[in-house]
Amino acid sequence: MALSGMRGLSVFISDVRNCQNKEQERLRVDKELGNIRTRFKNEKGLTPYEKKKYVWKMLYIYMLGYDVDFGHMEAVSLISAPKYPEKQVGYIVTSCLLNENHDFLRLAINTVRNDIIGRNETFQCLALTLVGNIGGREFAESLAPDVQKLLLSSSCRPLVRKKAALCLLRLFRKNPDVVNVDGWSDQMAQLLDERDLGVLTSSMSLLVALVSNNHDTYWSCLPKCVKILERLARNQDIPQEYTYYGIPSPWLQVKTMRALQYFPTVEDPNTRRSLFEVLQRILMGTDVVKNVNKNNASHAVLFEALALVMHLDAEKEMMSQCVALLGKFIAVREPNIRYLGLENMTRMLMVTDVQDIIKRHQAQIITSLKDPDISIRRRALDLLYGMCDVSNAKDIVEELLQYLSSADFAMREELSLKIAILSEKFAPDLSWYVDVILQLIDKAGDFVSDDIWFRVVQFVTNNEDLQPYAALKAREYLDKPAVHETMVKVSAYILGEYSHLLARRPGCNPKEIFSVMHEKLPSVSTPTVSILLSSYAKILMHTQPPDPELQSQIWAIFNKYGSCIDVELQQRAVEYIELSRKGAALMDILAEMPKFPERQSALIKKAENSEADTAEQSAMKLRAQQQNSNALVVTDQHPANGPSTVSQLSLVKVPAMSNVDGESPDPAVTEANGTLTVVDPPFEDLLGPMAIEGPPSATAEAEHIQASGLAGVPNAGEALAIAPVEDQMNTVQPIGNIAERFHALCLKDSGVLYEDPYIQIGIKAEWRAPHGRLVLFLGNKNTSPLVSVQALILPPAHLKLELSLVPETIPPRAQVQCPLEVVNLRPSRDVAVLDFSYKFSSHAVNVKLRLPALLNKFLQPIQVSGEEFFPQWRSLSGPPLKLQEVVRGVRPMPLLEMANLFNSYRLMVCPGLDPNPNNLVASTTFYSESTRAMLCLLRVETDPADRTQLRMTVASGDPTLTFELKEFIKEQLVSIPLVARPPAPVPPQPQPTIPPSPSATSDPGALLAGLL
Amino acid sequence: MGIRFILMVNKQGQTRLAQYYEYLTIEERRALEGEIVRKCLARTEQQCSFVEHRNYKIVYRRYASLFFLVGVDNEENELAILEFIHLLVETMDRHFGNVCELDIMFHLEKAHFMLEEMVMNGCIVETSKSNILGPIQLLEKAS
Repeated sequence: MALSGMRGLSVFISDVRNCQNKEQERLRVDKELGNIRTRFKNEKGLTPYEKKKYVWKMLYIYMLGYDVDFGHMEAVSLISAPKYPEKQVGYIVTSCLLNENHDFLRLAINTVRNDIIGRNETFQCLALTLVGNIGGREFAESLAPDVQKLLLSSSCRPLVRKKAALCLLRLFRKNPDVVNVDGWSDQMAQLLDERDLGVLTSSMSLLVALVSNNHDTYWSCLPKCVKILERLARNQDIPQEYTYYGIPSPWLQVKTMRALQYFPTVEDPNTRRSLFEVLQRILMGTDVVKNVNKNNASHAVLFEALALVMHLDAEKEMMSQCVALLGKFIAVREPNIRYLGLENMTRMLMVTDVQDIIKRHQAQIITSLKDPDISIRRRALDLLYGMCDVSNAKDIVEELLQYLSSADFAMREELSLKIAILSEKFAPDLSWYVDVILQLIDKAGDFVSDDIWFRVVQFVTNNEDLQPYAALKAREYLDKPAVHETMVKVSAYILGEYSHLLARRPGCNPKEIFSVMHEKLPSVSTPTVSILLSSYAKILMHTQPPDPELQSQIWAIFNKYGSCIDVELQQRAVEYIELSRKGAALMDILAEMPKFPERQSALIKKAENSEADTAEQSAMKLRAQQQNSNALVVTDQHPANGPSTVSQLSLVKVPAMSNVDGESPDPAVTEANGTLTVVDPPFEDLLGPMAIEGPPSATAEAEHIQASGLAGVPNAGEALAIAPVEDQMNTVQPIGNIAERFHALCLKDSGVLYEDPYIQIGIKAEWRAPHGRLVLFLGNKNTSPLVSVQALILPPAHLKLELSLVPETIPPRAQVQCPLEVVNLRPSRDVAVLDFSYKFSSHAVNVKLRLPALLNKFLQPIQVSGEEFFPQWRSLSGPPLKLQEVVRGVRPMPLLEMANLFNSYRLMVCPGLDPNPNNLVASTTFYSESTRAMLCLLRVETDPADRTQLRMTVASGDPTLTFELKEFIKEQLVSIPLVARPPAPVPPQPQPTIPPSPSATSDPGALLAGLL
Repeated sequence: MGIRFILMVNKQGQTRLAQYYEYLTIEERRALEGEIVRKCLARTEQQCSFVEHRNYKIVYRRYASLFFLVGVDNEENELAILEFIHLLVETMDRHFGNVCELDIMFHLEKAHFMLEEMVMNGCIVETSKSNILGPIQLLEKAS
């Protein structure tokens, strides 16, 4: 009895199956669709059985890949059928065919709700599953409380509750603003005590979603997760049905360990001990067994345990145990384990400092690069890329280059990019870098983007020592029988500029250089021809005394292109003829290109951007980001505080702030601010290697001006002098938005404070009561040193700041760490400023950066109960200890978001204390030397009708603290911190042009900070 | 969110079951299925069970003529998914008794019912075979 007796359906499926080709199949499907359509038109005549049958046919057709754009209504209508078989079909087919935005779904909301709150368990399950799979906003709005109730209900059976958990998960993920999970930590913790494994498995998924959003609130769940792990992995206390090949639900074990990876650490020593015991047991006790399924399941658990140990950055011994295990895995024959070994080793690179141990496996990893399986090769490539540094770059890059010739097409592009990036980042010397890139172009020219060869040109232009070498190499490559066009471009450019440096070598006189280049001309595309023409002009100019034969040869070419149909080529040819007739003036115009300003490699930038992922926040990723931000691309083994170059930088005394007063609208500051946001100067383009390539209009135009100017003004050559040397202050562009970076750091404790093409300043902070320890990571991104490095701290009166020595010079590609000790003397929301400057070639950079040592960093969230809260609240009866204010112009946000905002500023929201759901109550402890630890209480009453205003009451035992805290919170609610304020025009009077901070006071420190 | 889709495809590349946990248009599905099937079916037994494709990682397993392919994001444990496939097959086996491609083809609705008991919204709900098969048995009794 196939298909519960739906004979018509079986016949249809067999028919489709018997079709000889796609065309027949299409005909059969079309016929069936026509049939269903007619039957549905006359719906009255359909029995529920028939309807069910047709709806299944639709699903089958849809699965085959045909669009089914009708009959949705019929599927949805089955949901309200009274009998289980029809209802079930309705639910399942609807969730397969429709998506959350489909209009028809709305029609079903009522039925679905009735099923959810009704008494029939099986109906409840069907309805919860539908909502869990495709429920959208309207479902969330009308069903979330019911679903929550079901999940927690003690009278409900596990089969309903497990579905409720995942249903809630969807509603929460899709509409976090609608689903209220305030105060869910207790319920969540309670859910984790559940005995039923189904409920526990789905609740764990729910927990993962909740903690990935905000782990702070769910600390109480952490010990419960450890208990679950103990129950499964140690006690094996679990029904037989849930063991899989003798392993207690590997899926729940994995999920639980995943959830634990969202908590930054495990603080409680007992919990920590228990957790490590379990992890140790897993690490030690997993053996390779014969049964494939058992082996996979136990290794699934093992790999998750490895990830958790890495995340917790556990004791050294355990970490080396992990590396040893991974080392074993990457050498086994079983491909799955090898794949995962490589993958996890790559993760390990990100989380801990085990590079040296991993390097020992380099040879093994290189073997995997040659594996027949592309999945494994990819992992090996990623790992090699990640583990590459100055010490092994030569080996790894050469290995990759060798592999490039045999690599499959799908990987070549990625491989080329990686080779280019690694050779640039870690070049032990620049001639090696040139060698690598030229080899790269030679072997895989099709995959070498323009960025890559532009970069070579930049390096060669900026390093005189490199020029003859590069020219010689370029010359050699042009002799090869088949030369890739990109090779022609880069060689022509380099030889045009520097071939005169080779003049005495055999085969390198101007004529010979010209002819070897000119041989390539017939086979290249127009943009390359334009580069060749420029190079000819340059060769001509460098040939002293002039060689009439060469000249006539080249002029003949220019003359020919003087009537070329391509405008760019024509223009170049005409201009070069005109120029070369100028005799001596030619020398100025065609002189060597000036040095390029140091800039961030377009490649590395591209690579960084492509790493940005839109996927959900994962614990691993979050960690990786933090890691990236405080560790630079490269760190040389330079001592953190270079011994000789250190200049004693004494702690800046607090200048009582009054002397700054007179100069508070400091012109330097505003100027700095102003120029920092200027867009690229127009000459930047001329300097770029694009200038010789032609196409961009800016370049063409500039050249045009050059040529026509020349014709008119005799000494225009000088006036044009190609490019102004950039020596003004601060023409260096910061990378990223400084204000955004600062605001991000207000909420987290590590990240990048500032970055420009030369330097990256990272910050990492630890806060303990009124004390803070910040470390500034100053990383030089270049191949030349940064000099005259100076860091001054402009501290506000309430902070004591001590910055350790900052070396005057930061060596190439080195990172320097400068600890900064902070003591909070009294409550204030003023901001400390770091005045940082350095020089690099002709650039002098000076920036003033706000330091994220704000009031909230001295807060310690504390959960208080009603019994503690209310007496305190009452005893602080009114001003100045308790202040109330109606705040308007609040950035509208849902309550949940506001609660998250408070939590992220370390004000712990205490749910349930205020009976009114529109209000928030929060508590925290503030630490400073003058106040010691002091409890602060906060109540916010919002108006659901008008989210832009609220009433706020702040109370503490210190009047200044109350006031400052209130103002601080207000600033967070009112301003929109992520939007950078436009730089204020130089204000003669500071007051009117101060950014509209609600707290504008006359405090110069605040003013200065405001200006930044 | 874990599991993005589950596909069952035979050796000829014909889809026998498709369940998506994120919405894709029918054109997107066709393209995706085509690409994945081409990639996975070309692989040998000696190669690993994971294939990276677009933003997905495909964890797959072959049983006789039928391939089970599960698309996951970076948040899943690959081996756990690989064994989840086996659990699904064992569950079908318990129900159909020596399950084969034709069982799934001609009992599409039952395959869907089972899957629905095992996975919801891309997360694993249930791993006990008797709990998974409970509702189906209920249905069979009713009819």
